[in-house]
Amino acid sequence: MNALFNSGQSLLPRLILAVVFSIIIMVVDHRSTQMREVRMYLNTLISPLQFIANAPGAMLDWVSREFVSHQKLVTENERMKQENLLMSTALQRYHLLREENTQLRQSLGATARADGKRMIAELMAVDQNPYNHQVVINRGLSDGVYEGQPVLDRDGIVGQVQYVSANTSRVLLLADVSHNIPVRVLRNNLNAVVSGTGSLSQLTINHITHSADLQVGDLLVSSGLGKLFPEGYPVAKVAMIDKSQTTAFVAVSATPMANLNQLKYLVLLWPQEERIDGQP
Amino acid sequence: MMSFLFNRFAISLTLVLAFVLQIIPLPVEFDVFRPDWVLLTLSYWVLAVPHRVNIGVAFICGLGLDLVLGTTLGIHSVATCIVVFILATNYQRLRNYPIWQQSFVVGLLSAFYHLLVFWLQHMISDIYFLFHYLAPTIANVITWFYVFYFLRKVRRTSGVR
Repeated sequence: MNALFNSGQSLLPRLILAVVFSIIIMVVDHRSTQMREVRMYLNTLISPLQFIANAPGAMLDWVSREFVSHQKLVTENERMKQENLLMSTALQRYHLLREENTQLRQSLGATARADGKRMIAELMAVDQNPYNHQVVINRGLSDGVYEGQPVLDRDGIVGQVQYVSANTSRVLLLADVSHNIPVRVLRNNLNAVVSGTGSLSQLTINHITHSADLQVGDLLVSSGLGKLFPEGYPVAKVAMIDKSQTTAFVAVSATPMANLNQLKYLVLLWPQEERIDGQP
Repeated sequence: MMSFLFNRFAISLTLVLAFVLQIIPLPVEFDVFRPDWVLLTLSYWVLAVPHRVNIGVAFICGLGLDLVLGTTLGIHSVATCIVVFILATNYQRLRNYPIWQQSFVVGLLSAFYHLLVFWLQHMISDIYFLFHYLAPTIANVITWFYVFYFLRKVRRTSGVR
């Protein structure tokens, strides 16, 4: 095999074969769902690389956690306790309201809304390609994560799970150009679709007519129409409305509620599964 | 035993290392200048041992890149295969270039690689070209010197032929 002038002729057929094969994979992966399972196994295969790449950052995190001063821990604990107290008092009313809501919906003959199961996931410090907005989280198939699952942070919807592997999964953020989410305006139930623009701090709403009642500062919550995201979680706030009459639709931009550029802990949601009452 | 393993799997080990470097987190300011470690490592091995590392390895590495970077499968494999093809058909000439000239050729090819990846991505989703997509090219030109000397050392100590 170690000839002086080797394989000059055999390279071109190989290249053509590889390129044709790649294009077939590309089309199949992009157009259909048949590659899902293959991709899952392949992702599982490469996930050790992600864990290795994540290790230095995780180690630094661990070191900084181990060497926190006692004073700082005490003050933080105090602050957390107060925050917790405030939140649980807010929740007291929530329970009341939920009970009332269920009763009202029952008297209307509508189905009751169920809270789903939740799980906390941590962002893995793994770099991405510059063209997409995705993050990798440390939960995967073994935790029951599925493709298309909604992901939240403390302020609102972050995105949805795009690819799953055994122990990690990849989340497509709201800000990605390929991401769209059906929403409604909390104030007046106006339906719209929020799309990503590729910028982490700006989303856009297309096809809003000039007569539509939309104001700067309106809160957009998920409408549940796409069946992926459960109803009622905050998505974005209207930031700017350009009502110049030259275009058929109004140009609306919105800022995401979730802090997309400083994610650390995320919450995975299982909207279908009913939660047993009283369990957090 | 260890040295036997090292000699046997030197190429694979350096590629795995390149993959880790490719996805290891960097501060945001430097992130756009991240060199294409996998492409550089592949380029070195293609120039050094073209009968062992060529289109097949490039294809597998390309698929690996698609997986770790989260792009549609096949995008990076097309780009790496084409770049490796160009290197493999011209390896005798490129090997005799002085290293700074090699680094320019590799830089140019990596710019071509990024344009290919961008173009394929653009066909799939409507992203727009930003000039900083080509920023890794500059880093590649500089990093080639280090990659070249490091991998040459690896090749000589492990006796990869």
